[in-house]
Amino acid sequence: MISNIQIMTAQPNINRRKFLKVTALAGGGMMLSFNWLAGCNPTPDEVLAMPKEWFSLNSYIKIGENGIVTLMAPNPEFGTNLKTSLPMILADELDVDWKNVIVEQADFYPERFERQFTGGSQSVRMGWKILRTAGSTARKMLVNAASKKWNIPAEEIATSAGMLIHSASGKKAGYGEMASFAATLPVPDNVPFKNVKDFKIIRTSRKNVEGKNIVTGKPLFSIDHKQEGMLIAMIVHPPAFGLKVKSLDEALVKSMPGIKDVFVIKTLEDGYEHNAFDTTSFYELPVVVGNSTWEVMQAKKQLKVEWEEAQEKKVTVLGWGGNKEDVVIPAGRESTETQRKKMMAMSGKPGKELRRDGDPEKAFKNAAKVIERTYTAPYLAHNTMEPVNCFAHVTADKAELYGPIQAPEFIMKTLVARLGLPKEKIHISLARMGGGFGLRAYGHHFVEAAVISQKLNAPVKLVYTREDDMTYGIYRPTYTATYRAGLDKDNNLIAFHVRGGGIPEHPVEPNRFPAGAVDNYLAEGWEIKSNITIGAFRAPRSNFIAGAEQSFLDELAELAGKDPIEFRLELLRRNKNNPVGKNNAYDPGRYAGVLELVREKSGWTKPQENVSRGVAAYFCHNTYVAQVLDMKMKDGTPVVEKVTAAVDCGIVVNPDSAANMGEGGIVDGIGNALFGEMTFDNGIPAKNNFHQYRMIRQKEAPKAIEVHFVPNDEDPTGLGEPLFPPTFAAVANALYRATGKRYYEQPFSKQINSRQPLL
Amino acid sequence: MAKINLNVNGKKYEVDIDPDTPVLWVLRDHLDLVGTKFGCGMAQCGACTVLLGDDAVRSCVLPVSNVQDKQITTIEGLSAEGDHPVQKAWLEHDVAQCGYCQAGQIMSAVGLLRKSPKPGEEEIAAAMHGNICRCGTYLRIRAAVMTAANS
Repeated sequence: MISNIQIMTAQPNINRRKFLKVTALAGGGMMLSFNWLAGCNPTPDEVLAMPKEWFSLNSYIKIGENGIVTLMAPNPEFGTNLKTSLPMILADELDVDWKNVIVEQADFYPERFERQFTGGSQSVRMGWKILRTAGSTARKMLVNAASKKWNIPAEEIATSAGMLIHSASGKKAGYGEMASFAATLPVPDNVPFKNVKDFKIIRTSRKNVEGKNIVTGKPLFSIDHKQEGMLIAMIVHPPAFGLKVKSLDEALVKSMPGIKDVFVIKTLEDGYEHNAFDTTSFYELPVVVGNSTWEVMQAKKQLKVEWEEAQEKKVTVLGWGGNKEDVVIPAGRESTETQRKKMMAMSGKPGKELRRDGDPEKAFKNAAKVIERTYTAPYLAHNTMEPVNCFAHVTADKAELYGPIQAPEFIMKTLVARLGLPKEKIHISLARMGGGFGLRAYGHHFVEAAVISQKLNAPVKLVYTREDDMTYGIYRPTYTATYRAGLDKDNNLIAFHVRGGGIPEHPVEPNRFPAGAVDNYLAEGWEIKSNITIGAFRAPRSNFIAGAEQSFLDELAELAGKDPIEFRLELLRRNKNNPVGKNNAYDPGRYAGVLELVREKSGWTKPQENVSRGVAAYFCHNTYVAQVLDMKMKDGTPVVEKVTAAVDCGIVVNPDSAANMGEGGIVDGIGNALFGEMTFDNGIPAKNNFHQYRMIRQKEAPKAIEVHFVPNDEDPTGLGEPLFPPTFAAVANALYRATGKRYYEQPFSKQINSRQPLL
Repeated sequence: MAKINLNVNGKKYEVDIDPDTPVLWVLRDHLDLVGTKFGCGMAQCGACTVLLGDDAVRSCVLPVSNVQDKQITTIEGLSAEGDHPVQKAWLEHDVAQCGYCQAGQIMSAVGLLRKSPKPGEEEIAAAMHGNICRCGTYLRIRAAVMTAANS
């Protein structure tokens, strides 16, 4: 319903006020962060004792009198390991020994931290300068403190691993000895960053600071939270999009064991002006509240609710950049088949023109060969392993919330409006998330938990069942794209046309490759509204259009009689030497770089017997990726032997962790390409748990994955998303070589003539 | 409601509870052992895996009345310090991304290694096939099981 959500990617201005000394760090709310030494398993003599006193040099850095350093991880963590990599940036510029570092998850404090948002693969990229500034400024304050105490010019004082050193006099002091004085000094301006050649922590592999807590089962997630008097709440949402609650018969359920209350809540009030992440599937929800999860689950199953058809609804949405949009949520109950017919009808008609170069119509008329192909993909459910949940304790004068949320700044605005409390009275603690993938940008569960708690005046943990989670909505949209290309008699690409659409948004990125490399180019988009809610899903839009585009280019290269890597490189050279148009989104040199690296690392020029290979490359989230996927067929089922990836994301902060992220993106891509699908029948989601919704599992994962990073000194860019989109095409192109058939409709497993038994 | 005696991680408990309650919710809501995770509630994802004796089982569909006096081991019972060979292997390979499924993965791996101390790659993949990892850490899981088997 809210289409084209663009993640803000402009570099923020660094707000110097946030680097000033913070005197009252112990803000209100719950202390839910867990502390530990970052160096994972240091021996006891390596670990300094916990300090008696902390001195804050800025919002991000506290130093104890004994030299132990606490670094704040500002962004919410959903598995991309920001909680390790962001403090690594601070630690390197501060110049401390990683084994003396404690990492603490920051609560939501926009007055102290920049951009506490995790999404769009932007956290490291956007945090890079901010965190380097925080680290280098604090280091300079320690140097200035030593300079004053020792009466030695600051320029003569060096630092190394938490020590201040004046080599001429032999004077030395630990950071801890200078911290209390340093914290009283003015914050210096324009402190230079380290030379990248001098990094000691960045570019070295550091283990996940949560590793030990994860493998020992510590309560890291909000679903694990418990406190005195806490009640469990569950929702009973309409079984279909297009339905709403008419009435409920709560008497029977209210008398069941352990049940406290049954009622209907209004999630967002009528007339409320939505922000970009206020997507909510149902504006009224029956709720069951009780003492324990199992009791509430049992009662929820027995609750009798009468549903009725929902009417069309109009809401005002305040989008990015302050643009207000009136959005109509249509009435009616939709099915995948009828949606598909509507989409096919739209894809046969001109869409909204998004970009035009040259004279595409004329070029197609003059082409020696023309090829046209249409690609489709279904809705996808995020299926994060931790079901939607949130803890809330709302009283007359304050609210405390603890839950999985990628975009706390947005949900804070919603809570202020919905609870009628000023933002100073609302405290949000950022839980580690059992998966994010875009789903947790939408904080409807925060609103639901808060409204339930406010009504009961009690601490409440809202928990969705898997079925609630999978059938609630906020899906990856369903898309289609039709590609058409014209070759001249010498097999040069002279015309290119993409027309893409979807429900409710189109996936076309008009200025991405091969735009800028073809003289005659046309991009169009179209959209169909729906009441099935959608949201960001790992690499929004790219997660479809990359697969379609890169499958089409593979087929086009074949038609042109060219090697698929060489065909792409030829187009990139064209763009580099003589670009078409001005607004081209990519750097052809870096794009070609990953293709050349993957060609070398995969041994592309030396094919192996019985191995079918597919190549794909894509640029999104400021990062360039190329992949070669090796496949064999076993009893008619594809087996991925190996995936070789080449990635240019600039400086790699934490290399092994970055490789892990790349491996995960590829596995996720293979899984969704082969199996991912949500369908609808009369508004009802056709799958509600993992017995129906097929997820990639251990045996289907590749036997090997290699992730190679292009070595360079560019500022770091995104990594959580970019490995995911091209995988769809690498799978499709390998499948073509393995089966002799092209794959246009996701999920591909439905198109493969094989036994694909569910477990 | 019924009084049920439980033996979890070597400790004895008595709970007064609906005997149909799955072990998962007894652990999480009543014994405050929240390392065992809720994922699907129908034995399809493996997040809730615990050991019953030496067998890896899905605690979300296992009624508490069935495990009276039997030995249950949860992730908390392996080693609070993370010293169990499987935990150590998980740390060595830095397996986790979000970490939510990993307790279940580890318990499935421990169950496998108790039955088959030196499993081959295919045996590992088959034994771990019931545990979904949405982050896609399957290759590191496989490597960690192999490391644990060789330790």
